[in-house]
Amino acid sequence: MKSRIRVALVGNPNTGKSTVFNALTGLSQKIGNFPGVTIDKKTGFTTLPDQTHAEIIDLPGIYSLYPKSRDESIAFEILCDKRNALYPDLAIVIADASNLKRNLLLFTQVADLGLPIILVLNMMDEAVNNGISIDIEKLSQKIGVPVVAMNARNNEGLKELKQAIANANKVATQNKTIEVESLASSVIEEIQSEFNVEMPYEALQIAHQYKNLKHFQNGLSNSVEKIVSQNNFQSEKLQSAETILRYQFIHQLLLDCVTETKAPVGETFSNKIDKVLTHKFWGLTIFITILFVLFQSIFSLASYPMDFIETSFLWISEWLNATLPEGVFRSLLVEGILAGLGGVVIFVPQIMILFAFIAILEDTGYMSRVTFMMDKLMRKVGLNGKSVVPLISGVACAVPAIMATRTIENWKDRIITILVTPLMSCSARLPVYILLIGLVVPNERVLGIFNLQGLTLLAMYLIGFFAAIGAALAMKWIIKSREKGYFIMELPVYRMPRWSNVGISMYDRAKTFVVEAGKVIIAVSIILWVLASYGPAKNMQAVEDKFADEALLFDLEEEEIRSLYQSEKLEASYAGILGKFIEPVIKPLGFDWKIGIALITSFAAREVFVGTMATIYSTGSGDDDLIPIREKMKEATNPQTGEKIFTLATALSLMIFYAFAMQCVSTLAVVLRETKSIKWPLIQFAYMTILAYLSSLVVYQFLK
Amino acid sequence: MRLSDLLKGESGTIQSFTDELMSVKLLEMGCLPGEQVIVNQIAPLGDPIAITVSGYQLSLRKTEAATIILTNK
Repeated sequence: MKSRIRVALVGNPNTGKSTVFNALTGLSQKIGNFPGVTIDKKTGFTTLPDQTHAEIIDLPGIYSLYPKSRDESIAFEILCDKRNALYPDLAIVIADASNLKRNLLLFTQVADLGLPIILVLNMMDEAVNNGISIDIEKLSQKIGVPVVAMNARNNEGLKELKQAIANANKVATQNKTIEVESLASSVIEEIQSEFNVEMPYEALQIAHQYKNLKHFQNGLSNSVEKIVSQNNFQSEKLQSAETILRYQFIHQLLLDCVTETKAPVGETFSNKIDKVLTHKFWGLTIFITILFVLFQSIFSLASYPMDFIETSFLWISEWLNATLPEGVFRSLLVEGILAGLGGVVIFVPQIMILFAFIAILEDTGYMSRVTFMMDKLMRKVGLNGKSVVPLISGVACAVPAIMATRTIENWKDRIITILVTPLMSCSARLPVYILLIGLVVPNERVLGIFNLQGLTLLAMYLIGFFAAIGAALAMKWIIKSREKGYFIMELPVYRMPRWSNVGISMYDRAKTFVVEAGKVIIAVSIILWVLASYGPAKNMQAVEDKFADEALLFDLEEEEIRSLYQSEKLEASYAGILGKFIEPVIKPLGFDWKIGIALITSFAAREVFVGTMATIYSTGSGDDDLIPIREKMKEATNPQTGEKIFTLATALSLMIFYAFAMQCVSTLAVVLRETKSIKWPLIQFAYMTILAYLSSLVVYQFLK
Repeated sequence: MRLSDLLKGESGTIQSFTDELMSVKLLEMGCLPGEQVIVNQIAPLGDPIAITVSGYQLSLRKTEAATIILTNK
C-alpha cells in the first residue's frame, strides 16, 4: 500500500496506545522485527478522510526518552535519526487523560525533538469520572500542537484523529517547553555544531545516549565522548535536573488548563478491588484459582479442537494415500509435508486459548498484580512474578508458554524463563511416560491408597518442576544482565477487557506462530522424513530383495509382512544408521540403537517415540494401542547377551532423558522466534541435552 | 525517615533520594520532592509495596523504597 505519510505512536504503557493502534489499523497490521532488539515491530495502515493512506508504527511503551532497557532505546533512535528508515513524518503522543501529569513528561521530551506532533488525550471518560476537566483548546494553544480527545475503546475521537493526521503540518509548530540549553549549554552547543544537529534537545540526548546509538558508533561516538568528558557532563544528575524542570513546566501548564471539580473522595474503586485481589489470603487463593482454570483450559478445552485437527489431518492423509499412486511423491506429501503441517496447526488451539487469557489478564490490569504478588518468591530463583504464567502453561505445552514470556519486560528474567520452561513436563511427554511406566512399574498400591504407577507419573512432573527451578537458580548467576533490575512499576487501574484487543491478540499470535515457527517445523519434519525413508542404496535394496523372496515369507500374514518390512526398512535407513552410530554414546545410559532411532525421530515431537517404537518392534498397530507395543518391548532382548532391554534401569533412565532433553523442534523454533537469535536455542539445546545425558547416566549406572 | 519505614495506610512527603541512578527512574515515574505518597498495599509475602503518588498507583520493592527519604513531620 502506498502511504502519504509515516506516523509513529508514542506513549506511556497502559495509556491505551495499542487500542489506538488497533482502532487505526484493524487487521492490516504486520508484525516484523526492529533490528537488534527482541520486541516486535508492529506496523499497519490507516485510511484517512481524503482516501489517502498513512503508515502507522507502534513504538514500545516508554515513560521517558531515556531508555531503561535495550528494547526501549529503539523509540529514541527512530524519533531522532532522520536517516533512520523508519523516521516518521509525524509523531502522535498518546496520553492518559486521567493521569496527565506523568504522561506529559514524555510529551514534552518528544516535542523538544522538533518533529511534527499531535497529542492524543485518551480515556477522557475516566478523566471525567475522576472529576478532571481539561480545557482542550487552551491546552492546544499553550503547547502549540493539535490535541485530540479520545475514548479509543469505543472508537470515540477516531474520526477526529484521522482528520488531524490528514491535516498535519509538515513542519513542527510546538512551543518551547523548558530551557534545554540551561542544563548543559557548552556540551549542547559543541554537539550541535560538530554534528550539525538542529535541535538543542536532540544534542543533549546524544550526549546522554551516544554509547547506545546505532548511528553514533566508533569515530562519532569517540568525538562525543571527548566533548562530554571535557565539559564534565554528569549524565544522571542532569537527567534528574531535566525531569524536575519538565515537571515544573507541566505543573504550570496544568494549572492553566485543568480543573479538578471534585477532590477524589476516599478510596478509588480500583484500590478497593486491590484490597481483595492482592490480599494475603484471598489474593493468593484467587490467583491459584485463575491459574487452575487457565491450565484446565489449555489442557482440556483445547483438546477438542486438537482432536478435530488430528482427525482432519488423518482423514486427509488417508484420502491422499488412497487417491495418489504409491511412490516418493505421495510419501513426501503425506509423511513429510502433511505430517509437518499437522504438527504446526495442532498448536494453534492452545496458543489462541492461552493468549485469550493473557490478553484479558493484561488488559484488565491483573497481570501487574500477579507480578506484584509473586515478585518476592520468584525473584529468589532468578525469575520474575510474571514467569508464573509461562511456567504453568508449560505443563500443557512449551510452545505457547514461551510465546507468553513476552509479557516479561526485564530481558534477563525473560531469557531465563524461556530457557527453563521446556523442563516443565509437557503433555507430549505423557504418552512416553505412560508407555514406559506401564512397562516396568507394577500396578500395585502402596500404603493402601496410592497407586504406584500414578505416584511414578506424579514424580516425573515434580522432577520437571524442580529441574526448572534449579536451572533458573543456576542461570541467575551465570547470565550477566545488561540492565539494572528495577521493579518500579505502574499498577494500572482495573478496566474491563477490550474484546476486540483480545481477538486481535489471539489472531496475531497464532498467525505469527504458524508463519514463522511453522517454517522451521515443516523443514525439520521433511528432513526427518528423508532420514527415515532413505538409506544407502545397497542396504535398502537388500531389504527389498528379502521381501521380494516370497518363499521366505509364505507362512506369514500380509499384515505381519508389511510391519516387518517397515521395521527392516527403518533399520536400513539413514535414521537407522544414525541410531547405530550413536549407540556407543547412549549405551552407558542403557539404550540400544533401536531406542537411538526413537530419540532421533522424537525431534518432530516427543510423542513420536511411541509410534517409532511401534514401527521398530513391528507391532503393526497404530500409536493409540499401547498394549501390543508394550508386549513386544517387554520381550525384547539384547541379541548378544540375551538380557532384557527394557529393565527398570533402562526405562527409568529413558524417562529421565525425556524429562530433561530438548527433543522438540517446535519449541526451539519458537525460542528462535522470540529471542531473535540463534544463540539462545543453541544454548538451550546444549544445556538440556547435557543435563539429560548426565542424569540418565547416573540413574542407569546406579540402578543397573 | 524512609518510604520503606511506612506501614500500610500511612503517608508522607518525599524529600530526597539516596541513590542517584534510581532517582532518575523514580522522578520520571512522578516521585518528585514535595509530592505526597500513601502506602496502599503490601504484597502477600511482605514485599514489594504499592503506593499512591502523583495520582496513580506505583509498586516498588522495599529496597527501592528505602532510597526515598521523607520529610520529618
